[in-house]
Amino acid sequence: MDFDFSAEEEAFRAEVQEFLAENLPAPEARGPEFAAEWNQKLAEKRWIGFAWPREEGGGGAGLIEQFILKQEMAKVQAPPLGSDFMGLAWVGPALIRHGTDEQKQRFLPDLLESRTLWCTGYSEPDHGSDLASLKTRAVLEGDEYVVNGQKIWTTSAHFAKWIFMLVRTESESRYGGITCLLIPMDSPGIEVQPILSLVGQHSFNQVFFNDVRVPVGNRLGAEGEGWKVVMGALANERSGISEATDMERRLEDLKEVARGARKNGRPALEDSSVRRQIARFEAKISAMRLNGLRALTKQLQGNPPSTETSVNKLIRGQLEIPMHDLALGLQGSESQHANQWTEQSLTFHGTVIGGGTPNIQRNIISERILKLPKD
Amino acid sequence: MNFGFSEEQELQRAEVRKYLDEQCPMAVVRGISESVEGYSAEQWKQLGELGWLGLIVPEEYGGAGLGWIDLVAMLEETGRSLFPSPLISNTLAAAALIESGNAEQRRRWLPGLADGTCIGTLALVEGSDDPTVRGIGLRAEPDADGFVLSGEKRFVADAGSADLFIVAFRTGDAEEDCALAVVEADASGVSTNAVASIDETKRTGTLVLDGVQVERAAVLGEAGSGAATIERLVDLGAIAVSAEIVGAADGALELTVQYAKDRVQFGSPIGRYQGVKHPLAEAYVDIVSTKSLLYYAAWAVDKHPEQIASAAAQVKGFATDAFTQLGVTGIQLHGAVGYTQEYDIQLYLRRSKWARPMFGDEDFHFDRVATMGGI
Repeated sequence: MDFDFSAEEEAFRAEVQEFLAENLPAPEARGPEFAAEWNQKLAEKRWIGFAWPREEGGGGAGLIEQFILKQEMAKVQAPPLGSDFMGLAWVGPALIRHGTDEQKQRFLPDLLESRTLWCTGYSEPDHGSDLASLKTRAVLEGDEYVVNGQKIWTTSAHFAKWIFMLVRTESESRYGGITCLLIPMDSPGIEVQPILSLVGQHSFNQVFFNDVRVPVGNRLGAEGEGWKVVMGALANERSGISEATDMERRLEDLKEVARGARKNGRPALEDSSVRRQIARFEAKISAMRLNGLRALTKQLQGNPPSTETSVNKLIRGQLEIPMHDLALGLQGSESQHANQWTEQSLTFHGTVIGGGTPNIQRNIISERILKLPKD
Repeated sequence: MNFGFSEEQELQRAEVRKYLDEQCPMAVVRGISESVEGYSAEQWKQLGELGWLGLIVPEEYGGAGLGWIDLVAMLEETGRSLFPSPLISNTLAAAALIESGNAEQRRRWLPGLADGTCIGTLALVEGSDDPTVRGIGLRAEPDADGFVLSGEKRFVADAGSADLFIVAFRTGDAEEDCALAVVEADASGVSTNAVASIDETKRTGTLVLDGVQVERAAVLGEAGSGAATIERLVDLGAIAVSAEIVGAADGALELTVQYAKDRVQFGSPIGRYQGVKHPLAEAYVDIVSTKSLLYYAAWAVDKHPEQIASAAAQVKGFATDAFTQLGVTGIQLHGAVGYTQEYDIQLYLRRSKWARPMFGDEDFHFDRVATMGGI
């Protein structure tokens, strides 16, 4: 048991901190050119695709280096490593594991140099949490698949160039009948309709596929291997350290709100219940960070993290709700006004639900870890 | 960075587990808890021979010379078994001598605490509301040979079985004017009164001191400078109790999960229903998180003493919340049989009630977390 980092690892941390101090302008000083310049600098460092093998153009980084880079980036609220989140998190690693040489050459350089944008087509109107029941069909006709069906909650589909999606090529086998296709979003037969979030923001979409023809060369992995392609063990660091660091920062913001607030005519921080609520958040956030280190250790020992991510995801839900509740409570009538906290108190629901609702995480934990009978 | 136990540590834990499974199954626990002594002298002797009573005692004083990481792993297992014994008390008495005893005092008392021929415990406070130096009222009258102590110490764990007490007393008017001394049970003027405990696997009592002579050689450290040691002992006690909480909570969860798999209602094991499995998933998440906080705290004791106070406060607060909740969940998911003496789940509920105020309850520790967190 040792929570310290080696001298080499600490040196890398110092390098990251130095880079950020020199290259990352304050949020208000970031102009329209900023994103492109920033991505260029990150690409030169090979910090975009940091975990990918060097021969594929990545940084060849180990888990601890990834962990440190993410942690330092999160501390200063740096923008994400590369603007194509879905492409870098899902598409690249899947291509590296399952793609043909031709597919890799075609897609990986564009991903690393931020020249493309991917969306991912998993959820369907009737198959959200129960993803493996998806029904969008692809039928092989000659050397083309013909795709018909509908995807939903597709983030960025309205400006993505490509979609990385799961389709059903066979109906008998639940998991074995799923195939992964890479489809240009400008293909004839694709229609995108927006879904506005409860704050009126447009990031989600419904995507309709009507006789969309896809060359067989755009299939990733073999037919029926789609589930494996998506679920395959990613070499990505998955400790969730960015989330824990993010929560730490927001706890400091909450303390700041509490310092300025009054309750019943007295400073709010003289109220034990306020102090103890904040202290409970602090302990829980520590637990989240340490749970992440435990997941990291497991990964370092060669075991892909699995249910650990459900644990921290549930904790995040346990934190988001009462932290916003307290922040708004401390604001009193001010909480009727639109401000950073009131806005977040609406948008955090997206983070809590995305990737599986709290009840789904509870099912995963009780069925996979506690081995209780499936519901 | 390595958040895991070594192979030797896992082996040691497995040995403890095996011993307790063989020598102290729940029927034996119940038998011992009905005895006058509240522990088995035979088992205590065996633990001494196995080296487990002096796990953290340096080898030169007859101990195993291991760290708190090793200790908390053992205490998790004794907690899981609700092992009735003065193990925590004895370990903390040894910790007091290790923290602030001089070489002569260590030579005199540590070997007996390590081999089981002498049982030690702490006698710190008199009041029920404050586990800190503020809770110490016992006044010492200086005389030619040292001090004379007259008064009572309440809430003394294992008072009835102890041969040696580490007694805290006041040497002056300022809050921090405190000292610790070793008082042997057979000294003139020393007696104890047993008090019935909510959890008969854990004994408690009152230490009565009637003109007890304490020679200077029995005072740990400089008289009047004991406050820092007392604070440290409260932190160490909080960590040790949290370790037994983690194990006991794991034990209670295991019992309840098994019951949920076995009990059939409405044509299905009740563990299939989300109303049953979801609280169990929440309990699992709490236990995982408590373990993370616990191992970090134990590591702080071994490697980063400046972090002990904050880590101890976080883990004891969090563990107390979690175990209190699990005590309730465990009984309720058992239904009517949970309310019987026959089923073991009630023993864990009792343990949760015992553990809550030990070395500070959740309010005490979360208040500290708040203060240390800058609010």
